[in-house]
Amino acid sequence: MSGSTRNKFGFTVNRSRLIDYDSSDRLVREYITSREPSFRLCFACGGCTAACTAGHHAPFNLRRMNTLIRRGEIDPLRDEVTRCMLCGKCLLVCPRGVNTRNVVLLAAEAIRKLDRNEL
Amino acid sequence: MSVASKHVVVAGGGVAGMEAAGALAELGHRVTLIEKEQKPGGHLKQWHALFPDRRPADEVRKYLSRRIDNRNIRLFTGVGVDKIRKEGHELCIELSDGSELTADAAIIATGFDLFDAHRKEEYGYGIYDNVITSAELEDMFNTGKITTADGRTPSRIGLIHCVGSRDEKVNNNHCSKVCCVTAVKQAIEVRQKLPGCEVFCFYMDMRMYGPYYEELYRESQEQHNVNYIRGKVSEASVNIDNRLVIKVEDTLAGRPLRMELDMLVLMVGMEMSKAGTRLAEASGLDRGINRFLETGDHHYGNNISHLKGLFYAGTCTAPMNITDTISHARAAVAEAVRYLNTR
Ligand code: SF4
Ligand code: SF4
Ligand code: SF4
Repeated sequence: MSGSTRNKFGFTVNRSRLIDYDSSDRLVREYITSREPSFRLCFACGGCTAACTAGHHAPFNLRRMNTLIRRGEIDPLRDEVTRCMLCGKCLLVCPRGVNTRNVVLLAAEAIRKLDRNEL
Repeated sequence: MSVASKHVVVAGGGVAGMEAAGALAELGHRVTLIEKEQKPGGHLKQWHALFPDRRPADEVRKYLSRRIDNRNIRLFTGVGVDKIRKEGHELCIELSDGSELTADAAIIATGFDLFDAHRKEEYGYGIYDNVITSAELEDMFNTGKITTADGRTPSRIGLIHCVGSRDEKVNNNHCSKVCCVTAVKQAIEVRQKLPGCEVFCFYMDMRMYGPYYEELYRESQEQHNVNYIRGKVSEASVNIDNRLVIKVEDTLAGRPLRMELDMLVLMVGMEMSKAGTRLAEASGLDRGINRFLETGDHHYGNNISHLKGLFYAGTCTAPMNITDTISHARAAVAEAVRYLNTR
């Protein structure tokens, strides 16, 4: 996703800064939502991220991951998603009852499949 | 008065019940107002000042006392309403002391209970000394002393929004509506009374739905330097200096944040009252998924029960502020009078 794109106003924007929703990748979102419908319930409160041990030491943020997946922004997640230790603390906190751990598992699975063109 | 005076029982002597009783009595009806506590006034008895204008709660208390100072009103205190049943055209009201009243119509105004903060264990209420509820902070305003448990003046206070509301973990998915603006109000009051104390509100969404609420929010930033951090606090603990430590994600910065505090205030939400729940169950009244009383129609029948002659007023139907509670009580009276006139 590097490089830039020329828009009709004649100046350039760095593509990686822009969430181009219309050309975004919905496959990962659909893969997760169809298998774990509670994914739709996240209201981005960050409770999971605050509770997460992995996220205190490395750049892993479940709340942000949920949001990026919904927007079809998969690239920033490739490294992150493997950092979850599946401890389940986030599950205890989530006020919306999102099955957070399963969401992380499915996200990792979906990204693997996406990279192998299996989605 | 063109109509013959009728007897109406009002169950619950908080804001809604007092307003409903006063309005009915003014129209010439005989009213029995029943309050389970020793004094009417409901939760308002405890409040120091009201949002959004921070007027003394006493002014509204006085208004309501005047409202029920009417010879058409008979006030029973220290007694609850156990059950309401229909017999012919009349309603039979069973009281907790075993007695029974008959009425031409009745209004339920049993109000709300504040969420019991012990149930949100991760915030340490009842475990750590300096974790208090919004109602207890109001008590401190009443006494004029905002201090930690060991009598020190706090230098940093955190207010946690949505405690017991919008939280599947405690079986409350509803928003309690008034706690965001209560937090803003209390944050300002702390800043005014303790100018050296920093105040942080931890919110998920700022719900400034009423007139002048958004303005109050703005004022809190502009004039009182209140800080807002968007994120749900996941837990509170204490460090070796017995200072509170909270964990939250600053969702706007996108990073986990920890902060030490001298005092943590939990903005407890509204739940259907236990007394109202017992009454509803005994009387076979429908309740919604939020466990408040289910009204006949959410848009145009919001004071109506499925029992003819029985009406609902105030927060027994949903969380609402004082202004809306008073309007809702007046609307319940209008519905009751319409029913009495056409009977
Ligand atoms: S399960 Fe994963 S995301 Fe959840 S708290 Fe544990 S490490 Fe963090
Ligand atoms: S705790 Fe639940 S609702 Fe909050 S950000 Fe995490 S997944 Fe979303
Ligand atoms: S009013 Fe604010 S603090 Fe209260 S439940 Fe609603 S969002 Fe939460």
